[in-house]
Amino acid sequence: MSRPSRRLVLHRGAAGLAGAVLAGPAAVAAAPAAHARPAADKDHPRAHGPAGHEMPEPFDEIYEGRHIEGWPEEGGHGGHGGHDGPHEGMGFVVRIDNDDLHVMENANGSWVSVVNHYETFTSPRGVARAAVRELNGADLVPVVTG
Amino acid sequence: MAVRKNQANLTATEKRDFVDAILELKRTGRYDEFISTHNAFIMSDTDNGERTGHRSPSFLPWHRKFLLQFEEALQSVTPSVTLPYWDWTVDRSPRSSLWAEDFLGGDGRSGDGRVTSGQFAFGSGKWPMNIRVDGRTFLRRALGAGVRDLPTRAEVDRVLAMTTYDAAPWNSSSDSFRNNVEGWRGPNLHNRVHVWVGGQMTTGASPNDPVFWLHHCFIDKLWADWQRLHPRSGYLPTTGTTNVVALNDTMKPWNDVTPADMLDHTRFYTYA
Repeated sequence: MSRPSRRLVLHRGAAGLAGAVLAGPAAVAAAPAAHARPAADKDHPRAHGPAGHEMPEPFDEIYEGRHIEGWPEEGGHGGHGGHDGPHEGMGFVVRIDNDDLHVMENANGSWVSVVNHYETFTSPRGVARAAVRELNGADLVPVVTG
Repeated sequence: MAVRKNQANLTATEKRDFVDAILELKRTGRYDEFISTHNAFIMSDTDNGERTGHRSPSFLPWHRKFLLQFEEALQSVTPSVTLPYWDWTVDRSPRSSLWAEDFLGGDGRSGDGRVTSGQFAFGSGKWPMNIRVDGRTFLRRALGAGVRDLPTRAEVDRVLAMTTYDAAPWNSSSDSFRNNVEGWRGPNLHNRVHVWVGGQMTTGASPNDPVFWLHHCFIDKLWADWQRLHPRSGYLPTTGTTNVVALNDTMKPWNDVTPADMLDHTRFYTYA
């Protein structure tokens, strides 16, 4: 089953969420570009992974039977519902079998996803692989909001 | 005055009343609203953008208000119910009474991680995952699989000894009490417990597992403990700071409550 428009579905779902400050998933996935890195990072370099905050390389692979892919999305900040933080720079799109995995870069250059939100990974690829393991064959679904 | 107790000290009746009140909120749909709110903030709180519920100074007052609101909802069902806390420095085994049939139910089974005991097991029919990040509709756990050990008392004490509430850049890289409690730096307290439980607790929809409330109640108690240890250290920042909630700013989604309003928990409850 091909679901190329899942991200658009997510946007519409987010827009309809009452009373929340939810921005579109692509917006909240927006990661700091190299030029936007917080100054304090100079004092707290990432603990692991390649040095610096360059946008990670795109990837596209089959991992444990699931198609995972990721790429930088220029200007990835559609749907700013109530979210007035600066999101200049690029987001990073990660998909598992064509479904969007919401990911976020941390200040130290590590990554989390909505599936593994309380532990960090060195790259979007790592966070995608962790989500595949956690999903155990299940499909990602846009978070429904009642 | 409501008294929040250690879950290990609850009577059988207190456990049953707590579980039954949760199930009633689930039945009426009110429970799932809390999950939606939590997940919305998880997804929108970013280190370089607006951040309120997580990875920011208001992590502690935001969750205090969130828990108060949940506790009030429980009390609308059964007035005597208060939130219990889970001291995971003491009750650190999958064999703890916390995970017994008469309370939160046990670990997930091998294979699919499905919780099969207690009222929150899928088989009870009372605990569907309506707000979820993947297709699975049953509560899952994998106690001690994502990380072997829960934080220790010594690790908690190390964090409680920190004198500064929070510090620039006010996010997951801050060297501060708040960020060490949250777990992005230091011995990793709050975050690690989510990972130790596993299943829905590792996701943005973590309140799907009712242990969320007992975990965060202990985090809330640690904040109160820290305040008592450091009477001259207050909430920071006290003045307007880009993207984060200062002492007298209102917090979303309520917009009528500030961190200052949340500093004194004894206005609302005490800890036994």
